[in-house]
Amino acid sequence: MIVRRLVDGVDERLDGTSFIKRNLGKVFPDHWSFMLGELALYSFVMLLLTGTFLSLFFVASPAVTEYRGPYEPMQGREVSLAYESVMRISFEVRAGLVMRQTHHWAALVFVASMTAHLVRVFFTGAFRKPRELSWILGVTLLVAGIGAGFTGYSLPDDLLSGTGLRIIYSAVLSIPLVGTWLAYLLFGGEFPSAELIPRLFVMHILLIPALITGLLSAHLALVWHQTHTQFRPAGTRESSVTGTPVWPKFALKSVGLAFVTFAVLAGLGGLVQINPVWLYGPFIPYSAPSPAQPDFYAGWLEGILRLWPNWEFHVFGHTIGELFLPAVVVPGIVFTALALWPFIEARVTRDTPMHHDAQRPREAPVRAGIGAGGIAFFVLLMLAGSNDVLAKFLQVEVDTLNGVLKVLVFVVPVIVGIVTWWICHDLRARGQAPIARPGRVEFRRNAAGGFDEVHDDAESR
Amino acid sequence: MKRAERATAVAFLVSIAAALALFVVYVRGGDPQAEGALLALALGGVGAGLLIWSTRLMPHIREETQPRSKTAHATGAEREEAAETMEAGVEEIRRRRFLSRLLLGAAGALGLAALIPIRSLGRSPGDSLLRTKWTPGARLVVADGTAVTVSTLEVGSFTTVFPEGFEGSADSQAVLIRVEPGQLQLPPDRLAGAPDGLVAYSKICTHAGCPLGLYLAATHELRCPCHQSTFDVLEGARPVYGPAPKPLPQLPIEVDADGGLRATGDFTGPVGPSFWEES
Repeated sequence: MIVRRLVDGVDERLDGTSFIKRNLGKVFPDHWSFMLGELALYSFVMLLLTGTFLSLFFVASPAVTEYRGPYEPMQGREVSLAYESVMRISFEVRAGLVMRQTHHWAALVFVASMTAHLVRVFFTGAFRKPRELSWILGVTLLVAGIGAGFTGYSLPDDLLSGTGLRIIYSAVLSIPLVGTWLAYLLFGGEFPSAELIPRLFVMHILLIPALITGLLSAHLALVWHQTHTQFRPAGTRESSVTGTPVWPKFALKSVGLAFVTFAVLAGLGGLVQINPVWLYGPFIPYSAPSPAQPDFYAGWLEGILRLWPNWEFHVFGHTIGELFLPAVVVPGIVFTALALWPFIEARVTRDTPMHHDAQRPREAPVRAGIGAGGIAFFVLLMLAGSNDVLAKFLQVEVDTLNGVLKVLVFVVPVIVGIVTWWICHDLRARGQAPIARPGRVEFRRNAAGGFDEVHDDAESR
Repeated sequence: MKRAERATAVAFLVSIAAALALFVVYVRGGDPQAEGALLALALGGVGAGLLIWSTRLMPHIREETQPRSKTAHATGAEREEAAETMEAGVEEIRRRRFLSRLLLGAAGALGLAALIPIRSLGRSPGDSLLRTKWTPGARLVVADGTAVTVSTLEVGSFTTVFPEGFEGSADSQAVLIRVEPGQLQLPPDRLAGAPDGLVAYSKICTHAGCPLGLYLAATHELRCPCHQSTFDVLEGARPVYGPAPKPLPQLPIEVDADGGLRATGDFTGPVGPSFWEES
């Protein structure tokens, strides 16, 4: 009865043609890979929940104090209020550590599932017209997610995060013409300035989450409005979409997935230690941890820095710093090319019609090759970003490993790309004309007791 | 020119003038009352101009009556119609070229005035990146303030030093290394600043600014833990491996009468990664 009144009430107000009926009955195609985007969404929800809790205890201040908390090895050390508050969250606030670790894990899963989602959309051609805007919003969300992650793990003011911040500061400084001004405006002065932590805090808990929420809403609204692409079931047309109605099956399933995601994140947060800032110690400007690795999504950026040659340019009495190309230009090109990919592909392949069918990778061998090569490129850069750890593991000199990686980073993606293209090309050819089954061979016993081969032809049957 | 048109133009002009004045007030140090009043004029001018324009200069656009229900999908003709409506609106505005130009000018001036508070976010770099806290005569001390003397370091060892009174300073941090005096291959003017095989360099890597934490005494190399840039201590901290593009600046030092170490000046160049203003 109450439900009836509610439905009537909403329908009366929103639309004459049954707003609720239309949307409850909306179908969502089912494929395991569609889960990846949902994972990102639900990790973001977890980030908001745990982040709200953390923000109530975090103190965004660089002011120095003496540590007097329960963590013995740090007793009496001079630390910033920011670092001290993170220590308090970790050791004194009840449920603080599980919240903090869950938050960090959720951030990693957030970026990881966005990346996996992007890969799925790429290889299945789901970004094609009319869904280019969804793709651009998605790429922007990925960049915002990386920004959120970076500003977040810089907040505790520990030794590891301080090192990361210094590298970003140096990258901004290297920008021609406006670099020094930009660095001073962004960082509040020469690194490390007192403005830094409060600013990172505002970016991390206000600006970037607001941006992500806005972009995410638009992204979801577009998916809802434009419908999913799908691997079309036999006997249906591209103009239709086949799947499970939102209510009740899809809704229950998706909420179920949300809870499983939350469960995994909480489990990780409680059971698997992450970012133990008490081991790194507070940020000291004249000290750096070794070996030092950033969170995984910054690994490829770090890899570029480690492999890039020491080129510096001098023009008209000015200097273009070494970092400008690897830390500013290359990532800029990567994300711009990624965002514009739907248009680049449509232009090159002269593809203008609307597409609602998901493609299998083999249906676009060149794209699949470029995608696989790209993944190989990022994986190698990520390995380069942890070359010190890798060298220790392989028991070779870092310099030797670097030399090898500098070659591999160009060679392997090309090989992977060509092999992928070749496999897809071959699969496609077979898909259109599957391996011919050998014709039936029939033997007939003849009068002499031997066997004659009888050639089977369809007509004779 | 009609009266309403003149009034619109005046409103926009007032807005432009106020926005520019706001810019000037801000640059000259700011004043809350003037900023508020000018911002009100700049915003109000655009608002008043648009109101007069729409109510008095568009009398030919009349009210119409429309059905409330929505149609599910736009037909081609409807889309065409939508585009025409949009274009007609733009044309209606652009028809008054003088006013629309003034409107653009007002938007630009307002944008300029609105952006300028960004300047509050940080002070001018000035020459702050070109110098550090080291001055002639500054005593070399370690992080806890203990003074460094000529006998603090054995050959093959190193320590991090600061100018006295600025312990822990990020841009003034330097590494002091002791090598066999005969091994240093520095130009004569540089060699004078490295007495008894004691040589000091900026501790900030010229690649991405990480503090150089590793000293390989056997090869006399300083190595950065972040991206493995390596510098040859004997040859003026020349980069010998990795992405660092330039040598570490040297800190010239001398031994004073009591055996203590003092700087004879600032580093030989800007510390840390390169930037545009550097030659």
